Amino acid sequence: MKCNKSVGLARSGIGVAVFRLAVFLAIPALVAVIVLGGSPARAEYADIVINNYSDAAGMRPAVFPHWFHRIRFRCKVCHADIGFKFKAGGNEINMLKIINGEFCGACHNGEIAWTVDNCDFCHSGKPGTPTQVHGSTVQKLQKPATQPATQPAK
Amino acid sequence: MKPLFLALLWLIGGLLFLHRGVAVAAEDVFVNDGLHDPQGPSFHELQRPTEALAGFPPDTVGNKVRWVNALRDGLINPRTNIVPETKIQVLDMDIIFGNTGDNAFVRFPHRAHTEWLDCANCHPDPFKEKFNTSGIKMSAILEGKFCGKCHGAVAFPLTECARCHSIKPDSFRGQLGAQSVKKP
Ligand code: HEC
Ligand code: HEC
Ligand code: HEC
Ligand code: HEC
Ligand code: HEC
Ligand code: HEC
Repeated sequence: MKCNKSVGLARSGIGVAVFRLAVFLAIPALVAVIVLGGSPARAEYADIVINNYSDAAGMRPAVFPHWFHRIRFRCKVCHADIGFKFKAGGNEINMLKIINGEFCGACHNGEIAWTVDNCDFCHSGKPGTPTQVHGSTVQKLQKPATQPATQPAK
Repeated sequence: MKPLFLALLWLIGGLLFLHRGVAVAAEDVFVNDGLHDPQGPSFHELQRPTEALAGFPPDTVGNKVRWVNALRDGLINPRTNIVPETKIQVLDMDIIFGNTGDNAFVRFPHRAHTEWLDCANCHPDPFKEKFNTSGIKMSAILEGKFCGKCHGAVAFPLTECARCHSIKPDSFRGQLGAQSVKKP
C-alpha cells in the first residue's frame, strides 16, 4: 500500500483526490454498515428454532422468541418452574405434551396466553431450518454461513 | 493507474455499503432473517422486535437491549412465577475471579442474575457453591459451557469481554472470591 501510494502521488493528482474522496466516503459507510447493517436480525438474537419433528410431520418448524417472552416472564418461570432444559431441541416437545399442559402448554392454554389452536403463531419457521439458537456465539463460530454476509468485498 | 483503480474500487464498495446500510435499516426484520417463512399464514401478525423493544435502553449487541437496566429502571416487570409456591430469592453477592491471565478480573454479580434466574439454574450445575471449585476456563465458556451457557445464546454475547472482565487488577484491593453480602 505504502509503496503504491507514493507512486500514485508522483503520477496523478486526480488519482490521489479520488482516493481521498473514496476513503472519506468509505469510512462512514463502513461505520454505517457495522452499526446499522451489522445484522438487523440481531434484535431477534436468541430466537429458538425447534425442529425435531415438524419438518417430518409437514409442519413449519416452531420459532420461540426469547425477547418476546422475557418482557413478560423471568427466565426462572420457564427454566425452573416449568422445567425447560437449557438446550435448543433438548426437551423433546410434541403436541401431545403441549395439549397436556407441559412446556408451551403450561401457558398456551387459553388462561395465561392463547390456546394451541393458533398453530401458525408457533409454527412460523422456514421449512427445513434446523434446530438452533439464532445468532448464538457458537452458531457464529461453527457456521458463519447462516448469517447474512456483511463482509467487505475482497 | 493502480491507485486510481484502487480508489474506484473503494468508492464503489463504499457506496454499495452505504446503500445497503440504509436500505437494511428500513426493512422488515423478519424478511430474510433465516428463521421465518414469509408465506406463513401468521407472518404479518407476529410482533417485530423493532417495535416491541423500541423504547428500551439501547445496546449494541444481542437483542440491542440492556436487559438489566430495563428491569432495574422498571420499564419491564416480567412475572416471577405462574404457580404460587415458587420461592423468590434475590442474592446480592459479587464473586471476583482472578485466573484471568493478562486480562481484567471477572466480576460475577449474583444480584443481576438472581433477579432473572433461580439458584437451581446454576447450582450445583454448572457451578459449585464454593469459590474457585467449578473449573471455569475461557475456552470452555466459548464452547457454550459455564457462563457461555447463557452468554452467547440468550444473555449478552461473549464478544463483550469487558462486561465480565471489568475489574482492573491493580486497582482491586479486596480478596478474590465471594464479596460480603449486601443487605437491601
Ligand atoms: C404454543 C406453540 C404451539 C402451537 C400453538 C402449536 N404447536 Fe405444534 N409444536 C410446537 C412445538 C414447540 C413443537 C415441537 C417442534 C419440533 O420439535 O419439531 C410442535 C410439534 C408439532 C408437530 C410434530 C410433533 C407431533 O406432536 O406430532 C406437529 C404435527 C404439530 N406441532 C402440529 C400442530 C398443529 C396442527 C397445531 C394447531 C392445532 C399446533 N401444532 C400448534 C408448538 C406449538
Ligand atoms: C416463556 C418461556 C421462557 C423464558 C421466559 C425463557 N426461556 Fe430460555 N428457553 C425456552 C425454550 C422453549 C427454549 C428451547 C428449549 C427446547 O428447544 O427444547 C429455551 C432455551 C434456552 C437456552 C438454551 C440455548 C441453547 O444453547 O441451546 C438458554 C441458555 C436459555 N433458554 C436461557 C434463558 C434465559 C437466560 C432466560 C431469561 C433471560 C430465558 N431463557 C427465558 C423458554 C424460555
Ligand atoms: C410462561 C408462559 C409461556 C410459555 C411457557 C410459552 N409462552 Fe408463548 N406466549 C406467552 C404469552 C403470555 C404470550 C402473549 C400472549 C398474548 O399476547 O395474548 C405468548 C406469545 C407467544 C407467541 C406470539 C408472539 C407474537 O409475536 O405475538 C409465540 C410465537 C409463542 N408465544 C410461542 C411459544 C412457544 C413455541 C412456546 C414453547 C416452546 C411458548 N410460547 C411457551 C406465554 C408463554
Ligand atoms: C460471560 C463472562 C465472560 C466474558 C464475556 C468473557 N470472559 Fe474471559 N473469563 C470469564 C471467567 C469467569 C473466567 C475464569 C476466571 C477464573 O477462573 O478465575 C475467564 C477467563 C479468561 C481468561 C484466562 C484464561 C482462561 O482460559 O481461563 C482469558 C485470557 C479470558 N477470559 C479472555 C477473555 C476474552 C478475550 C474475552 C472476550 C472475547 C472474554 N474473556 C470474555 C468470563 C468471561
Ligand atoms: C447465573 C448463575 C448463578 C445463579 C443463578 C446463582 N449463582 Fe451462586 N454462584 C455462581 C457462580 C459462578 C459462583 C462461583 C462458583 C465458583 O467459583 O466455582 C457462585 C457461588 C455461590 C456461592 C459460594 C460463595 C463462596 O463463598 O464461595 C454461594 C453460597 C451461592 N453461589 C449461592 C447462590 C444462591 C443462594 C443463589 C440463588 C439465590 C445463587 N447462588 C444463584 C453462579 C450463580
Ligand atoms: C443461566 C444463565 C446465565 C449464566 C450461566 C450466566 N449468566 Fe450472566 N447474565 C445472564 C442474564 C440473563 C443477564 C442479564 C443481561 C442479559 O440478558 O444480557 C446476565 C448479565 C450478566 C452481567 C451484567 C450485569 C449488569 O449489571 O449489567 C454480567 C457481568 C454477567 N452476566 C456475568 C456472568 C459471568 C461472569 C458468568 C459466569 C461465571 C455468567 N454471567 C453466567 C444469564 C447468565
